[in-house]
Amino acid sequence: MPPVITADGLYKVFGRRPSRGVEALRRGRDRAELREEGLTAAVIDASFTVEPGENFVVMGLSGSGKSTLIRMVNGLLPATAGELRIGDDVLSSMSPAKVRQVRRKRISMVFQHFALLPHRTVGENAAYGLEVSGMNRVDRQQRAADALEMVGLEGWGGYTPSALSGGMQQRVGLARALAAGTDIMLMDEAFSALDPLIRRDMQDQLIDLQQKLDKTILFITHDLNEAMRIGDRIAMMRDGRIEQIGTSDEILNDPANDYVARFIQDVDRSRVMTAENILERPAETLGEDQGPRTAHRMMRDTQNSWLVALHRDRTPRGILWEDEVADAVTRGQEQLPWAPHREMPVVSYDTPIAELFGPAAQHQNPLVVVDDEGKFLGVIPRVTLLTAAGTGHAENSDVVTPVDSPDPAEGDALGSTTYETHGGDR
Amino acid sequence: MNPEDGLVPRIPIGDWAESGIDWLKDNLAWLFDAFTWLMEFLVENLTEGLLFLPALAMIPLLALIAWIVRSWRMALGTLVMMLLVVAMDQWEPMLQTMALVIVATLFAVIIAVPLGILAAMNSTVSAIVKPIMDFMQTMPAFVYLIPAVTFFSIGLVPGMFSTIIFALPPGVRMTELGIRQVDSETVEAGESFGASRGQILRGIQLPLAVPTIMAGVNQVIMLALSMAVIAGMAGTEGSGKLVVQAISTLDLPLGVEAGLGVVILAVFLDRVTAALGNPVDYKTSLIALLKRRRATSPA
Repeated sequence: MPPVITADGLYKVFGRRPSRGVEALRRGRDRAELREEGLTAAVIDASFTVEPGENFVVMGLSGSGKSTLIRMVNGLLPATAGELRIGDDVLSSMSPAKVRQVRRKRISMVFQHFALLPHRTVGENAAYGLEVSGMNRVDRQQRAADALEMVGLEGWGGYTPSALSGGMQQRVGLARALAAGTDIMLMDEAFSALDPLIRRDMQDQLIDLQQKLDKTILFITHDLNEAMRIGDRIAMMRDGRIEQIGTSDEILNDPANDYVARFIQDVDRSRVMTAENILERPAETLGEDQGPRTAHRMMRDTQNSWLVALHRDRTPRGILWEDEVADAVTRGQEQLPWAPHREMPVVSYDTPIAELFGPAAQHQNPLVVVDDEGKFLGVIPRVTLLTAAGTGHAENSDVVTPVDSPDPAEGDALGSTTYETHGGDR
Repeated sequence: MNPEDGLVPRIPIGDWAESGIDWLKDNLAWLFDAFTWLMEFLVENLTEGLLFLPALAMIPLLALIAWIVRSWRMALGTLVMMLLVVAMDQWEPMLQTMALVIVATLFAVIIAVPLGILAAMNSTVSAIVKPIMDFMQTMPAFVYLIPAVTFFSIGLVPGMFSTIIFALPPGVRMTELGIRQVDSETVEAGESFGASRGQILRGIQLPLAVPTIMAGVNQVIMLALSMAVIAGMAGTEGSGKLVVQAISTLDLPLGVEAGLGVVILAVFLDRVTAALGNPVDYKTSLIALLKRRRATSPA
């Protein structure tokens, strides 16, 4: 299957006779020199592909050309040079009517300031794309109502947008894009105008919807935390050029240049990094039907004071501690000595590090990390967690400034208070 | 003798204009005849229609219109003011002027709104139209009467002609402004969902420009009214003719009464059209009351 969106050496230059700007840029002149001639190079030699079902984030500060780039994808701005393909179709070679068909059938867009039509009801707004493509009233009302329900706005169809809060208005914008039934969604700083709690809520909802509906999303943002949270891959843009394309891990751990490296210093790693990134795989694990002697030998071999025991299906059974195991061996006991006062904290692999401090502070046991099916993946001892909080990533401490004295209590406050409150606007 | 004499040649622009007008008169006579016929037909019928009911039946009707679009207070005001007009014996000339203004406004809007739309969509059109509108608006209004009388001789039609030209500019300007003012992201939203230019114009730009366009129409009406008075000089029937007559005979009582008739008509037309542009601002209008009742009653 070809990529859904392919950008191949895209240029966008504004000004008189923009193609001479492209030639100058190709010859190696830079943006500032062009500006003296009255040309603005908004996008310079951008190439990327977006795969089906992918959430591709373009991240850059204002003026980096990201908004221009997204408008070239659906042809709102024609490229000065280079080629943009939707599937196998080249956008620049299409007639205006064909481009409109592509916009109706394949690409919808969500806008930063919602761009709802204030003189129409919420329901009519959601149905706008279908109305434009000529669907009859009954069908489009049904589809719009379905889309509104998907974004949690059932029953609001008869109101005007001005009666809704900002977060709800953007849900209408999202519903309008969903109702159009396109496989590609362009999101232009879609959540930037919302306050932080609602923004998080919308991000979660977007991730949810994408998994359910299998949309391909091109998302523009200036917020790196947002990019890291929702992006499968991220393109970092600066001054019209794409500096690096990669997954959030790749960008965090292996920044392509100084610019990217400086940029990611500001990322709150404890929110981007998850349990999976810092877990340790113990050298040995115990089967649940093995006895205290085996447990004791393993602990001696690994020089650890604790040991994880697993069920036959590799789900965690519990954690054994040296003292109790030694005790059981001396007494010749056959049963493993589970200590009832030591509960085992189990967390999922995709839990952000910031949310691990809570469970870690309540338990002496290391955190046990499991996958989607509840199978054992590894452990996070408290020491590892504190190191991760201090440096962001244990192996990569040269990139970020280490924080002195990471305080678990502070981390706990961060982990539980800010995170429990999200979703408050529903 | 001026020192410039002989240095700067006398350019006879006025003469050129005259020969241009003559040429138009000779070659486009059929067009002027058609215009004359149409104007006379419309204004005469409308005047007759307005005068069909006796004043005491017509006045409550106007008051009702005021209540429907604005408020009961304006209805009351209309009742009192219009009765005053009758008491001053200005009722018939005022309605003649009203008919003149309504028809002139209708034509001005029919020309102005499409022109404004074109100017908003196309910068070249805008660049051409703008100076022409400036010219039309700043030219002393009386000057329009001269070619108008040349074309149409004395009477109703030259008044109509100059009124339409004089009242046109704000309609064009405000239509262009209203459309250009529509949030560019909203227009982009239309484009991004594959709407054609016509769909964007009809579904997004025009509806959102309506308050501004209506403000323009309001201006058109006010200008048409002021011109309709001047048109009295060309022999157009109505309050204007009485004002002109009062000036030429220094008849102060007639001047004051005819002038008051124009003022009352102006206030009425202005308030009604202003309310039509922003219906949501008037909570006690009949329209708003009916809407609220429909919204609260179970569907």
